[in-house]
Amino acid sequence: MTLLSRFFTSRWGVIATGASVGILAPLLVKAGNPGNMGICVACFSRDIAGALGLHRAAVVQYIRPEIIGLVLGALIAALIFGEFKPRTGSAPVLRFLLGMFAVIGALVFLGCPWRAYLRLGGGDWNAILGIVGLVAGVSLGTVFLRMGYSLGRNRPAPAALGWLMPFLMIGLLVLLLVEPELGRDADGNPTGPIFFSDTGPGSQHAALVLALLVGLGIGVLAQRSRFCTIAGLRDFVLMRDTHLLSGIIALIAAAFVTNAALGQFQGGFEGQPVAHTEHVWNFAGMVLAGLAFTLAGGCPGRQLILSGEGDGDATAFALGMIFGAGFAHTFTLASTPAGHGVYGPAAVIFGLVVCVLIGLTMREPRRV
Amino acid sequence: MADMETVDATGLSCPQPALMTKQAISRQKSGLLEVLVDTSTSRDNVVRIAQNAGWSVTVEERAGGFRVVLKK
Repeated sequence: MTLLSRFFTSRWGVIATGASVGILAPLLVKAGNPGNMGICVACFSRDIAGALGLHRAAVVQYIRPEIIGLVLGALIAALIFGEFKPRTGSAPVLRFLLGMFAVIGALVFLGCPWRAYLRLGGGDWNAILGIVGLVAGVSLGTVFLRMGYSLGRNRPAPAALGWLMPFLMIGLLVLLLVEPELGRDADGNPTGPIFFSDTGPGSQHAALVLALLVGLGIGVLAQRSRFCTIAGLRDFVLMRDTHLLSGIIALIAAAFVTNAALGQFQGGFEGQPVAHTEHVWNFAGMVLAGLAFTLAGGCPGRQLILSGEGDGDATAFALGMIFGAGFAHTFTLASTPAGHGVYGPAAVIFGLVVCVLIGLTMREPRRV
Repeated sequence: MADMETVDATGLSCPQPALMTKQAISRQKSGLLEVLVDTSTSRDNVVRIAQNAGWSVTVEERAGGFRVVLKK
């Protein structure tokens, strides 16, 4: 057990996790997920928000088993290795807000950091603009960290709080299996929730069991290795530490090789799956996302893993992402393959202003 | 025993424990330094940052977390 632990917390563990994501995500695309969207925490939060009726964009509604698997995989690993620690109290309400803005920025680009790297590994050159934006947003976040930015300390919490996110995920799994149609329109027809897309990305998905197993496996690996696609950039900028950066490089390399082997690699800017070619908003959306993720301490995948370990603050962030994704589609903030949403640019600018204010004002209070 | 600086990073999330350690070791250059953390992730990050900077490290479990002692 100790040897295994040592492997996973070593650089090779991080590389193994990144490579696993890079291999399994294109395989999920082959098995039915949307193009270059084997796993995308932002897109899948958006699909879950749609399935629950938090937005009515009919093409992006599905309860994604990968998300459920990530949280439960992390829970299992944390329980086995004695790392399940219920905790909260580090500005959860601000973390909820950061989750909202992070997902809004990501949905202007059309992908979380995981998907940005997966898109690059699939030949979608629009991802380069997003990744440059991500680096810019993370770099801006490190300026605040150097200035003493902090959301404060967490405290141990009752076990019930730590189990909140795992139980929510089990609830989603039940809804996915049972598909209850709870509402009725004026003619008495069932209207949901739960809503599932008939067309569009929400209708494209791998088999439930396969998606759940991949999520569980990556959840276990990521919990053990502390894989994080924001910390990989942040630690390099902040401390010249390349430990987690090696996981990002492994992810991109593995995705490239796997996509090439499956005949899914298609280089270019135009006609890429679930992507648009507006360079400015691909860049700016990810500046916002990168800043919000950095201020919250980790990428969306990492936040899900932490929520599975009992971290109530990460749970607040993850719920903020689902809530923010509902906003993004209800108020036309999210992009479509045709380009940015009507209010997407305004939302990005507003989000940047709010995140900069959070970065400038949040400091750890002096202990009395 | 010489005064040992204590960096209390308990309850703080990434990257603060590692960043506080990095700042403390670049301030102090050599001697003894004690870092308190509450999660194994923070413990591993602090150990890695210190070892990369050429400090030797010992880790003790304590109530609610770990005590990492750095020496150079």
